[in-house]
Amino acid sequence: MAHIKIENLNKRYINRRKTRRDDDNPETKVGAEVVVLQDINLEFEDGEMVCILGSSGCGKSTMLRMLAGFDRPTSGRILIDGEQVKGPSSNYIYVFQHNGLLPWMTIWQNVELGVRHIKDEEERGDVIQEYIDMVELTGFEDHHIYQLSGGMRRRAELARALAVEPDMLIMDEPFTGLDFLTRMKMREEVVNMHEYIGKTIVMVTHDIDDALVMGDRIVLMAGTPAEVKVSQKILDVPHPRNLEKEPTLCNLREELYLKLGVSHVA
Amino acid sequence: MNRRYILPLVTFIIICLIWDVVVRANGWSVQVFPGPLVAINSVWELITNGTLFKHTVASLYRVTAGFYLAALIGIPLGMILGRIKVIKDAFNPLIQFLRPISPLAWIPLAVIWLGIGDPPAIFLIFMSCFFTLLVSTMIAVESISPIYFQVAANFGFSRYEVITKIVIPAVIPEIVTSLRLTVAIAWLVVVAAEMIAVQSGLGYLILDSRNALRMDYVMVGMITIGAIGLLLDYIMLRLARVDCAFWGSLK
Ligand SMILES: Nc1ncnc2c1ncn2[C@@H]1O[C@H](COP(=O)(O)OP(=O)(O)O)[C@@H](O)[C@H]1O
Ligand SMILES: [Mg+2]
Repeated sequence: MAHIKIENLNKRYINRRKTRRDDDNPETKVGAEVVVLQDINLEFEDGEMVCILGSSGCGKSTMLRMLAGFDRPTSGRILIDGEQVKGPSSNYIYVFQHNGLLPWMTIWQNVELGVRHIKDEEERGDVIQEYIDMVELTGFEDHHIYQLSGGMRRRAELARALAVEPDMLIMDEPFTGLDFLTRMKMREEVVNMHEYIGKTIVMVTHDIDDALVMGDRIVLMAGTPAEVKVSQKILDVPHPRNLEKEPTLCNLREELYLKLGVSHVA
Repeated sequence: MNRRYILPLVTFIIICLIWDVVVRANGWSVQVFPGPLVAINSVWELITNGTLFKHTVASLYRVTAGFYLAALIGIPLGMILGRIKVIKDAFNPLIQFLRPISPLAWIPLAVIWLGIGDPPAIFLIFMSCFFTLLVSTMIAVESISPIYFQVAANFGFSRYEVITKIVIPAVIPEIVTSLRLTVAIAWLVVVAAEMIAVQSGLGYLILDSRNALRMDYVMVGMITIGAIGLLLDYIMLRLARVDCAFWGSLK
Protein backbone atom coordinates (compact mmCIF):
# COMPACT_ATOMS: atom_id res chain seq x y z
CA MET A 1 0.00 0.00 0.00
CA ALA A 2 2.61 2.53 0.90
CA HIS A 3 6.20 1.50 0.74
CA ILE A 4 8.36 4.58 0.84
CA LYS A 5 11.80 5.02 -0.57
CA ILE A 6 13.69 8.27 -0.29
CA GLU A 7 16.78 8.39 -2.48
CA ASN A 8 19.60 10.95 -2.29
CA LEU A 9 17.13 13.62 -1.28
CA ASN A 10 18.44 17.18 -1.21
CA LYS A 11 16.59 20.37 -0.41
CA ARG A 12 17.97 23.84 -0.72
CA TYR A 13 16.13 27.09 -0.13
CA ILE A 14 17.05 30.47 -1.49
CA ASN A 15 17.27 32.87 1.41
CA ARG A 16 15.05 35.82 0.58
CA ARG A 17 15.14 37.49 3.93
CA LYS A 18 17.67 40.06 5.02
CA THR A 19 19.35 39.25 8.28
CA ARG A 20 21.19 42.07 9.92
CA ARG A 21 23.15 40.14 12.48
CA ASP A 22 25.48 38.12 10.30
CA ASP A 23 26.43 40.12 7.27
CA ASP A 24 29.61 38.12 6.83
CA ASN A 25 28.01 34.75 7.17
CA PRO A 26 27.36 33.59 3.60
CA GLU A 27 24.46 31.42 4.71
CA THR A 28 22.36 34.34 5.83
CA LYS A 29 23.01 36.57 2.83
CA VAL A 30 20.07 37.46 0.70
CA GLY A 31 19.93 35.19 -2.32
CA ALA A 32 22.34 32.70 -0.78
CA GLU A 33 21.32 29.08 -0.84
CA VAL A 34 20.55 27.40 2.42
CA VAL A 35 20.98 23.66 2.36
CA VAL A 36 18.35 22.14 4.60
CA LEU A 37 18.51 18.48 3.71
CA GLN A 38 21.51 16.70 2.27
CA ASP A 39 21.69 13.20 0.87
CA ILE A 40 18.81 11.72 2.75
CA ASN A 41 18.32 8.01 2.11
CA LEU A 42 15.50 6.26 3.89
CA GLU A 43 13.25 3.32 3.35
CA PHE A 44 10.02 2.64 5.21
CA GLU A 45 8.15 -0.60 4.92
CA ASP A 46 4.51 -0.80 4.11
CA GLY A 47 2.33 -0.29 7.20
CA GLU A 48 5.12 0.98 9.40
CA MET A 49 4.60 3.57 12.04
CA VAL A 50 7.60 5.81 11.49
CA CYS A 51 8.57 8.39 14.09
CA ILE A 52 10.98 11.07 12.99
CA LEU A 53 12.99 12.86 15.65
CA GLY A 54 15.28 15.80 15.30
CA SER A 55 16.11 19.16 16.74
CA SER A 56 13.89 22.05 15.85
CA GLY A 57 14.64 23.65 12.48
CA CYS A 58 16.57 20.68 11.10
CA GLY A 59 14.19 20.11 8.21
CA LYS A 60 11.67 17.54 9.42
CA SER A 61 8.65 19.51 8.25
CA THR A 62 10.39 20.21 4.96
CA MET A 63 10.81 16.51 4.38
CA LEU A 64 7.20 15.75 5.26
CA ARG A 65 5.98 18.47 2.90
CA MET A 66 7.93 16.90 0.07
CA LEU A 67 6.57 13.48 1.01
CA ALA A 68 3.05 14.91 0.75
CA GLY A 69 3.84 16.58 -2.57
CA PHE A 70 3.41 20.15 -1.32
CA ASP A 71 7.04 20.91 -2.08
CA ARG A 72 9.59 19.64 -4.61
CA PRO A 73 13.01 18.18 -3.80
CA THR A 74 15.95 20.14 -5.17
CA SER A 75 17.40 16.82 -6.23
CA GLY A 76 16.82 13.17 -5.45
CA ARG A 77 13.61 11.20 -5.50
CA ILE A 78 10.80 10.16 -3.25
CA LEU A 79 9.14 6.94 -4.35
CA ILE A 80 5.90 5.71 -2.92
CA ASP A 81 5.17 2.15 -4.06
CA GLY A 82 7.72 2.70 -6.80
CA GLU A 83 6.11 5.84 -8.12
CA GLN A 84 7.64 9.24 -7.81
CA VAL A 85 5.67 11.82 -5.83
CA LYS A 86 4.49 14.51 -8.26
CA GLY A 87 2.08 16.56 -6.19
CA PRO A 88 -0.54 16.40 -3.46
CA SER A 89 -2.87 13.45 -3.65
CA SER A 90 -5.67 12.14 -1.51
CA ASN A 91 -3.74 8.89 -1.20
CA TYR A 92 -1.42 10.61 1.26
CA ILE A 93 -3.14 12.79 3.78
CA TYR A 94 -1.16 15.36 5.70
CA VAL A 95 -2.29 16.18 9.21
CA PHE A 96 -1.21 19.71 9.91
CA GLN A 97 0.98 20.87 12.76
CA HIS A 98 -1.32 23.83 13.26
CA ASN A 99 -4.99 23.65 12.72
CA GLY A 100 -5.90 22.44 9.27
CA LEU A 101 -9.61 22.13 10.00
CA LEU A 102 -11.79 24.64 8.17
CA PRO A 103 -13.22 26.94 10.87
CA TRP A 104 -16.35 27.84 8.87
CA MET A 105 -17.48 24.24 8.81
CA THR A 106 -18.77 21.93 11.51
CA ILE A 107 -16.91 18.80 12.50
CA TRP A 108 -19.34 16.82 10.38
CA GLN A 109 -18.71 18.97 7.30
CA ASN A 110 -14.97 18.81 7.83
CA VAL A 111 -14.99 15.04 7.95
CA GLU A 112 -17.29 15.03 4.95
CA LEU A 113 -14.50 16.65 2.90
CA GLY A 114 -12.73 13.31 2.92
CA VAL A 115 -15.66 11.32 1.55
CA ARG A 116 -17.05 13.66 -1.10
CA HIS A 117 -16.72 10.92 -3.70
CA ILE A 118 -19.45 8.81 -2.04
CA LYS A 119 -22.53 9.84 -3.97
CA ASP A 120 -25.18 8.09 -1.92
CA GLU A 121 -26.07 10.46 0.89
CA GLU A 122 -27.04 7.82 3.43
CA GLU A 123 -23.94 5.78 2.83
CA ARG A 124 -21.79 8.88 3.10
CA GLY A 125 -23.44 9.83 6.38
CA ASP A 126 -22.74 6.37 7.78
CA VAL A 127 -19.05 6.61 6.90
CA ILE A 128 -18.75 10.09 8.42
CA GLN A 129 -20.44 8.90 11.59
CA GLU A 130 -18.20 5.87 11.75
CA TYR A 131 -15.04 7.96 11.78
CA ILE A 132 -16.42 10.54 14.18
CA ASP A 133 -17.31 7.70 16.52
CA MET A 134 -13.87 6.19 16.06
CA VAL A 135 -12.16 9.29 17.44
CA GLU A 136 -14.81 9.54 20.16
CA LEU A 137 -16.33 12.79 19.06
CA THR A 138 -19.85 11.39 19.00
CA GLY A 139 -22.27 14.18 19.89
CA PHE A 140 -19.98 16.91 18.62
CA GLU A 141 -20.91 16.55 14.96
CA ASP A 142 -22.51 19.97 14.70
CA HIS A 143 -19.90 21.78 16.74
CA HIS A 144 -17.56 24.27 15.19
CA ILE A 145 -13.81 24.21 15.68
CA TYR A 146 -13.76 26.99 18.25
CA GLN A 147 -16.07 24.97 20.46
CA LEU A 148 -13.55 22.14 20.76
CA SER A 149 -10.50 21.73 22.96
CA GLY A 150 -7.04 21.26 21.45
CA GLY A 151 -7.15 17.50 21.83
CA MET A 152 -10.59 17.25 20.24
CA ARG A 153 -9.41 19.30 17.29
CA ARG A 154 -6.52 16.93 16.65
CA ARG A 155 -8.92 13.99 16.88
CA ALA A 156 -11.32 15.66 14.48
CA GLU A 157 -8.52 16.26 12.03
CA LEU A 158 -7.46 12.67 12.44
CA ALA A 159 -11.01 11.53 11.68
CA ARG A 160 -11.07 13.66 8.56
CA ALA A 161 -7.77 12.20 7.40
CA LEU A 162 -8.78 8.61 8.16
CA ALA A 163 -12.13 8.96 6.42
CA VAL A 164 -10.26 9.38 3.12
CA GLU A 165 -8.80 5.89 3.70
CA PRO A 166 -5.42 7.05 2.47
CA ASP A 167 -2.51 4.70 1.93
CA MET A 168 -0.42 6.86 4.21
CA LEU A 169 -0.90 9.40 6.94
CA ILE A 170 1.65 12.16 7.41
CA MET A 171 1.56 13.90 10.76
CA ASP A 172 3.68 16.86 11.75
CA GLU A 173 4.01 17.13 15.52
CA PRO A 174 0.42 16.07 16.12
CA PHE A 175 0.73 16.29 19.91
CA THR A 176 2.34 19.69 20.26
CA GLY A 177 0.40 21.99 22.52
CA LEU A 178 -1.65 19.26 24.16
CA ASP A 179 -1.68 18.88 27.91
CA PHE A 180 0.07 15.87 29.44
CA LEU A 181 -2.94 13.61 29.92
CA THR A 182 -4.44 14.34 26.52
CA ARG A 183 -1.08 13.63 25.01
CA MET A 184 -0.85 10.24 26.69
CA LYS A 185 -4.36 9.39 25.49
CA MET A 186 -3.68 10.55 21.96
CA ARG A 187 -0.54 8.41 21.83
CA GLU A 188 -2.57 5.38 22.76
CA GLU A 189 -5.33 6.25 20.34
CA VAL A 190 -2.96 6.68 17.42
CA VAL A 191 -1.21 3.41 18.24
CA ASN A 192 -4.54 1.57 18.47
CA MET A 193 -5.76 3.18 15.31
CA HIS A 194 -2.56 2.18 13.54
CA GLU A 195 -2.85 -1.42 14.70
CA TYR A 196 -6.46 -1.43 13.53
CA ILE A 197 -6.07 0.08 10.06
CA GLY A 198 -2.46 -0.94 9.40
CA LYS A 199 -1.69 2.04 7.18
CA THR A 200 1.75 3.56 6.93
CA ILE A 201 2.08 6.53 9.25
CA VAL A 202 4.97 8.95 9.10
CA MET A 203 5.01 11.19 12.12
CA VAL A 204 7.33 13.93 13.28
CA THR A 205 7.68 14.46 16.98
CA HIS A 206 10.17 16.25 19.15
CA ASP A 207 9.51 13.96 22.07
CA ILE A 208 11.78 10.93 22.25
CA ASP A 209 9.34 9.04 24.47
CA ASP A 210 6.55 9.56 21.94
CA ALA A 211 8.72 7.87 19.37
CA LEU A 212 9.80 5.03 21.65
CA VAL A 213 6.27 4.28 22.80
CA MET A 214 4.67 4.51 19.39
CA GLY A 215 7.15 3.81 16.62
CA ASP A 216 7.82 0.71 14.60
CA ARG A 217 10.76 2.62 13.26
CA ILE A 218 12.63 5.53 14.72
CA VAL A 219 14.47 7.99 12.53
CA LEU A 220 16.78 10.58 13.97
CA MET A 221 17.80 13.55 11.88
CA ALA A 222 20.39 16.04 13.02
CA GLY A 223 22.94 18.56 11.86
CA THR A 224 22.89 21.43 9.40
CA PRO A 225 22.29 20.40 6.72
CA ALA A 226 20.34 17.55 8.22
CA GLU A 227 21.45 13.98 7.80
CA VAL A 228 19.94 10.73 8.94
CA LYS A 229 21.77 9.62 12.07
CA VAL A 230 19.55 6.71 13.02
CA SER A 231 16.92 4.72 11.19
CA GLN A 232 16.14 1.77 13.37
CA LYS A 233 13.32 -0.69 13.34
CA ILE A 234 12.01 -1.68 16.75
CA LEU A 235 11.31 -5.38 16.65
CA ASP A 236 9.43 -7.58 19.06
CA VAL A 237 8.32 -4.97 21.54
CA PRO A 238 4.54 -5.23 21.60
CA HIS A 239 2.16 -2.42 22.52
CA PRO A 240 1.40 -1.08 25.05
CA ARG A 241 5.04 -0.47 25.78
CA ASN A 242 6.53 0.27 29.13
CA LEU A 243 9.75 2.17 28.56
CA GLU A 244 11.30 1.36 31.95
CA LYS A 245 10.83 -2.38 31.62
CA GLU A 246 12.21 -2.80 28.13
CA PRO A 247 16.00 -2.82 28.07
CA THR A 248 16.14 -2.43 24.28
CA LEU A 249 14.10 0.76 24.49
CA CYS A 250 16.11 2.08 27.42
CA ASN A 251 19.34 1.64 25.51
CA LEU A 252 17.91 3.17 22.39
CA ARG A 253 16.59 6.07 24.41
CA GLU A 254 20.03 6.78 25.84
CA GLU A 255 21.59 6.53 22.41
CA LEU A 256 19.05 8.97 20.97
CA TYR A 257 19.61 11.48 23.74
CA LEU A 258 23.36 11.21 23.24
CA LYS A 259 23.02 11.81 19.51
CA LEU A 260 20.89 14.85 20.18
CA GLY A 261 23.65 16.19 22.40
CA VAL A 262 22.17 15.43 25.84
CA SER A 263 24.36 13.15 27.94
CA HIS A 264 22.64 12.85 31.33
CA VAL A 265 19.11 11.62 31.44
CA ALA A 266 17.33 11.10 34.72
CA MET B 1 -30.12 48.30 31.04
CA ASN B 2 -32.32 51.33 31.57
CA ARG B 3 -29.37 53.67 31.36
CA ARG B 4 -28.80 52.64 27.76
CA TYR B 5 -32.13 54.16 26.79
CA ILE B 6 -32.66 56.91 29.33
CA LEU B 7 -29.26 58.58 29.00
CA PRO B 8 -29.43 59.19 25.23
CA LEU B 9 -33.01 60.38 25.61
CA VAL B 10 -31.99 62.90 28.24
CA THR B 11 -29.13 64.12 26.06
CA PHE B 12 -31.51 64.46 23.14
CA ILE B 13 -34.05 66.47 25.13
CA ILE B 14 -31.34 68.77 26.49
CA ILE B 15 -30.01 69.42 22.98
CA CYS B 16 -33.54 70.23 21.78
CA LEU B 17 -34.03 72.60 24.68
CA ILE B 18 -30.76 74.41 23.95
CA TRP B 19 -31.76 74.58 20.30
CA ASP B 20 -35.10 76.08 21.26
CA VAL B 21 -33.50 78.63 23.56
CA VAL B 22 -30.99 79.68 20.90
CA VAL B 23 -33.75 80.11 18.34
CA ARG B 24 -35.83 82.27 20.69
CA ALA B 25 -32.83 84.34 21.75
CA ASN B 26 -31.37 85.27 18.35
CA GLY B 27 -34.59 86.51 16.84
CA TRP B 28 -34.00 85.28 13.31
CA SER B 29 -37.04 84.50 11.20
CA VAL B 30 -38.55 81.05 11.49
CA GLN B 31 -37.71 80.39 7.85
CA VAL B 32 -33.98 80.89 8.39
CA PHE B 33 -33.59 79.18 11.73
CA PRO B 34 -36.60 77.10 12.74
CA GLY B 35 -36.87 75.66 16.22
CA PRO B 36 -37.38 72.02 17.14
CA LEU B 37 -41.15 72.25 17.33
CA VAL B 38 -41.36 73.74 13.86
CA ALA B 39 -39.04 71.06 12.54
CA ILE B 40 -41.09 68.26 14.08
CA ASN B 41 -44.23 69.83 12.74
CA SER B 42 -42.70 69.95 9.26
CA VAL B 43 -41.63 66.31 9.52
CA TRP B 44 -45.25 65.44 10.18
CA GLU B 45 -46.43 67.66 7.35
CA LEU B 46 -44.07 66.06 4.81
CA ILE B 47 -44.94 62.58 6.02
CA THR B 48 -48.67 63.12 5.71
CA ASN B 49 -48.54 64.70 2.26
CA GLY B 50 -46.34 61.87 0.95
CA THR B 51 -43.39 64.05 -0.11
CA LEU B 52 -40.95 62.56 2.36
CA PHE B 53 -41.83 59.01 1.40
CA LYS B 54 -41.39 59.73 -2.29
CA HIS B 55 -37.95 61.31 -1.82
CA THR B 56 -36.77 58.65 0.58
CA VAL B 57 -37.74 55.87 -1.80
CA ALA B 58 -35.95 57.66 -4.64
CA SER B 59 -32.75 57.96 -2.61
CA LEU B 60 -32.91 54.39 -1.34
CA TYR B 61 -33.48 53.13 -4.86
CA ARG B 62 -30.32 54.84 -6.13
CA VAL B 63 -28.23 53.70 -3.20
CA THR B 64 -29.47 50.15 -3.56
CA ALA B 65 -28.82 50.05 -7.29
CA GLY B 66 -25.34 51.55 -7.10
CA PHE B 67 -24.40 49.53 -4.05
CA TYR B 68 -25.57 46.21 -5.49
CA LEU B 69 -23.81 46.89 -8.77
CA ALA B 70 -20.58 47.69 -6.95
CA ALA B 71 -20.90 44.54 -4.81
CA LEU B 72 -21.77 42.28 -7.75
CA ILE B 73 -18.83 43.50 -9.79
CA GLY B 74 -16.33 44.48 -7.10
CA ILE B 75 -16.41 41.38 -4.90
CA PRO B 76 -15.88 38.77 -7.66
CA LEU B 77 -13.21 40.95 -9.27
CA GLY B 78 -11.52 41.31 -5.89
CA MET B 79 -11.47 37.52 -5.56
CA ILE B 80 -9.90 37.14 -8.97
CA LEU B 81 -7.27 39.74 -8.16
CA GLY B 82 -6.58 38.13 -4.81
CA ARG B 83 -6.10 34.69 -6.33
CA ILE B 84 -4.30 35.38 -9.60
CA LYS B 85 -1.02 37.17 -9.12
CA VAL B 86 -0.55 38.18 -12.77
CA ILE B 87 -3.88 39.96 -12.92
CA LYS B 88 -3.19 41.69 -9.64
CA ASP B 89 0.21 42.88 -10.84
CA ALA B 90 -1.39 44.22 -14.00
CA PHE B 91 -4.31 46.08 -12.42
CA ASN B 92 -3.35 46.95 -8.89
CA PRO B 93 -1.43 50.18 -9.67
CA LEU B 94 -4.36 51.47 -11.72
CA ILE B 95 -6.79 50.62 -8.93
CA GLN B 96 -4.64 52.28 -6.29
CA PHE B 97 -4.45 55.35 -8.54
CA LEU B 98 -8.22 55.61 -9.07
CA ARG B 99 -9.18 54.74 -5.52
CA PRO B 100 -8.25 58.01 -3.77
CA ILE B 101 -10.21 60.09 -6.29
CA SER B 102 -13.32 61.25 -4.46
CA PRO B 103 -16.50 59.99 -6.07
CA LEU B 104 -17.63 63.62 -6.15
CA ALA B 105 -14.82 64.43 -8.58
CA TRP B 106 -16.64 62.19 -11.05
CA ILE B 107 -19.72 64.45 -11.03
CA PRO B 108 -18.86 66.46 -14.16
CA LEU B 109 -18.00 63.37 -16.17
CA ALA B 110 -21.01 61.49 -14.87
CA VAL B 111 -23.35 64.24 -15.96
CA ILE B 112 -21.71 64.72 -19.36
CA TRP B 113 -21.63 61.01 -20.12
CA LEU B 114 -24.86 59.83 -18.57
CA GLY B 115 -27.05 62.93 -18.73
CA ILE B 116 -29.44 63.66 -15.91
CA GLY B 117 -31.74 61.43 -13.94
CA ASP B 118 -30.92 58.19 -12.17
CA PRO B 119 -27.93 56.92 -14.21
CA PRO B 120 -25.34 59.53 -13.13
CA ALA B 121 -26.46 59.29 -9.49
CA ILE B 122 -26.24 55.50 -9.53
CA PHE B 123 -22.85 55.77 -11.23
CA LEU B 124 -21.56 58.01 -8.44
CA ILE B 125 -22.81 55.63 -5.76
CA PHE B 126 -21.17 52.81 -7.66
CA MET B 127 -17.85 54.67 -7.78
CA SER B 128 -18.00 55.40 -4.07
CA CYS B 129 -18.41 51.71 -3.16
CA PHE B 130 -16.63 49.85 -5.91
CA PHE B 131 -12.96 50.40 -5.06
CA THR B 132 -13.37 49.86 -1.34
CA LEU B 133 -15.13 46.55 -1.94
CA LEU B 134 -12.66 45.52 -4.61
CA VAL B 135 -9.57 46.24 -2.56
CA SER B 136 -10.85 44.84 0.72
CA THR B 137 -11.96 41.63 -0.98
CA MET B 138 -8.59 41.35 -2.67
CA ILE B 139 -6.72 41.78 0.61
CA ALA B 140 -9.04 39.35 2.40
CA VAL B 141 -8.47 36.68 -0.23
CA GLU B 142 -4.72 37.18 -0.15
CA SER B 143 -4.61 36.74 3.59
CA ILE B 144 -6.36 33.37 3.65
CA SER B 145 -4.04 30.94 5.40
CA PRO B 146 -2.09 28.89 2.82
CA ILE B 147 -2.80 25.83 4.95
CA TYR B 148 -6.39 25.81 3.72
CA PHE B 149 -5.23 25.68 0.12
CA GLN B 150 -2.89 22.84 0.97
CA VAL B 151 -5.80 21.01 2.56
CA ALA B 152 -7.74 21.65 -0.63
CA ALA B 153 -4.92 20.24 -2.78
CA ASN B 154 -4.51 17.28 -0.46
CA PHE B 155 -8.21 16.43 -0.58
CA GLY B 156 -8.31 16.85 -4.34
CA PHE B 157 -10.64 19.87 -4.48
CA SER B 158 -11.70 21.02 -7.92
CA ARG B 159 -11.22 24.67 -8.82
CA TYR B 160 -14.92 25.22 -8.18
CA GLU B 161 -14.70 23.63 -4.75
CA VAL B 162 -11.71 25.78 -3.84
CA ILE B 163 -13.85 28.85 -4.54
CA THR B 164 -17.03 27.67 -2.84
CA LYS B 165 -15.55 25.77 0.09
CA ILE B 166 -12.46 27.84 0.87
CA VAL B 167 -12.28 31.29 -0.71
CA ILE B 168 -15.86 32.48 -0.28
CA PRO B 169 -16.48 31.28 3.27
CA ALA B 170 -13.04 32.47 4.34
CA VAL B 171 -13.64 36.05 3.21
CA ILE B 172 -17.30 36.46 4.13
CA PRO B 173 -16.58 38.09 7.52
CA GLU B 174 -14.29 40.72 5.95
CA ILE B 175 -16.73 41.32 3.12
CA VAL B 176 -19.62 41.88 5.50
CA THR B 177 -17.51 44.44 7.36
CA SER B 178 -16.64 46.32 4.21
CA LEU B 179 -20.23 46.18 2.99
CA ARG B 180 -21.22 47.91 6.20
CA LEU B 181 -18.58 50.52 5.59
CA THR B 182 -19.48 51.14 1.96
CA VAL B 183 -23.21 51.37 2.48
CA ALA B 184 -22.52 54.25 4.84
CA ILE B 185 -20.34 55.94 2.22
CA ALA B 186 -23.02 55.37 -0.41
CA TRP B 187 -25.59 57.02 1.81
CA LEU B 188 -23.27 60.02 2.21
CA VAL B 189 -22.67 60.30 -1.50
CA VAL B 190 -26.28 59.94 -2.66
CA VAL B 191 -27.20 63.27 -1.08
CA ALA B 192 -24.47 65.05 -2.99
CA ALA B 193 -25.35 63.21 -6.20
CA GLU B 194 -28.98 64.24 -5.92
CA MET B 195 -28.05 67.87 -5.64
CA ILE B 196 -26.77 67.96 -9.19
CA ALA B 197 -28.56 65.71 -11.57
CA VAL B 198 -32.04 64.77 -10.44
CA GLN B 199 -35.47 66.06 -9.45
CA SER B 200 -36.13 63.71 -6.55
CA GLY B 201 -34.48 62.22 -3.51
CA LEU B 202 -33.51 63.57 -0.12
CA GLY B 203 -30.59 65.55 -1.57
CA TYR B 204 -32.96 67.20 -4.00
CA LEU B 205 -35.42 67.90 -1.17
CA ILE B 206 -32.70 69.72 0.74
CA LEU B 207 -31.50 71.71 -2.25
CA ASP B 208 -35.00 72.58 -3.40
CA SER B 209 -36.07 73.66 0.08
CA ARG B 210 -33.04 75.88 0.37
CA ASN B 211 -33.98 77.58 -2.85
CA ALA B 212 -37.46 78.08 -1.46
CA LEU B 213 -35.94 79.33 1.80
CA ARG B 214 -37.69 76.60 3.77
CA MET B 215 -35.00 75.73 6.30
CA ASP B 216 -37.50 73.59 8.19
CA TYR B 217 -37.77 71.31 5.17
CA VAL B 218 -33.98 71.27 4.92
CA MET B 219 -33.93 70.02 8.48
CA VAL B 220 -36.54 67.39 7.72
CA GLY B 221 -34.25 66.14 4.95
CA MET B 222 -31.30 66.01 7.34
CA ILE B 223 -33.28 64.25 10.06
CA THR B 224 -34.47 61.62 7.60
CA ILE B 225 -30.95 61.06 6.29
CA GLY B 226 -29.69 60.54 9.81
CA ALA B 227 -32.49 58.14 10.70
CA ILE B 228 -32.10 56.05 7.55
CA GLY B 229 -28.34 55.99 7.99
CA LEU B 230 -28.82 54.52 11.45
CA LEU B 231 -31.25 51.97 10.08
CA LEU B 232 -28.86 50.91 7.31
CA ASP B 233 -26.06 50.46 9.79
CA TYR B 234 -28.32 48.39 12.02
CA ILE B 235 -29.26 46.14 9.12
CA MET B 236 -25.62 45.64 8.15
CA LEU B 237 -24.74 44.88 11.75
CA ARG B 238 -27.40 42.18 11.80
CA LEU B 239 -25.92 40.81 8.59
CA ALA B 240 -22.60 40.30 10.38
CA ARG B 241 -24.33 37.87 12.73
CA VAL B 242 -25.71 35.58 10.05
CA ASP B 243 -24.53 32.01 10.19
CA CYS B 244 -21.84 32.00 7.58
CA ALA B 245 -20.18 35.21 8.78
CA PHE B 246 -20.18 34.60 12.51
CA TRP B 247 -16.99 32.54 12.60
CA GLY B 248 -14.98 35.64 11.70
CA SER B 249 -15.78 37.21 15.04
CA LEU B 250 -14.08 34.29 16.74
CA LYS B 251 -10.71 34.61 15.09
N1 LIG C 1 9.94 28.25 2.41
C1 LIG C 1 11.15 28.34 2.97
N2 LIG C 1 12.06 29.22 2.51
C2 LIG C 1 13.27 29.32 3.07
N3 LIG C 1 13.70 28.57 4.12
C3 LIG C 1 12.85 27.68 4.64
C4 LIG C 1 11.53 27.52 4.10
N4 LIG C 1 10.90 26.56 4.82
C5 LIG C 1 11.79 26.15 5.76
N5 LIG C 1 12.95 26.82 5.66
C6 LIG C 1 14.14 26.59 6.48
O1 LIG C 1 14.42 25.23 6.50
C7 LIG C 1 14.84 24.82 7.78
C8 LIG C 1 14.05 23.62 8.25
O2 LIG C 1 12.71 24.01 8.49
P1 LIG C 1 11.63 22.95 8.98
O3 LIG C 1 11.54 21.86 7.99
O4 LIG C 1 10.37 23.69 9.25
O5 LIG C 1 12.26 22.44 10.34
P2 LIG C 1 11.64 21.48 11.45
O6 LIG C 1 10.27 21.07 11.03
O7 LIG C 1 12.60 20.34 11.53
O8 LIG C 1 11.63 22.23 12.73
C9 LIG C 1 14.72 26.01 8.70
O9 LIG C 1 16.01 26.52 8.93
C10 LIG C 1 13.90 26.99 7.92
O10 LIG C 1 14.34 28.29 8.18
MG1 LIG D 1 8.37 21.61 11.93
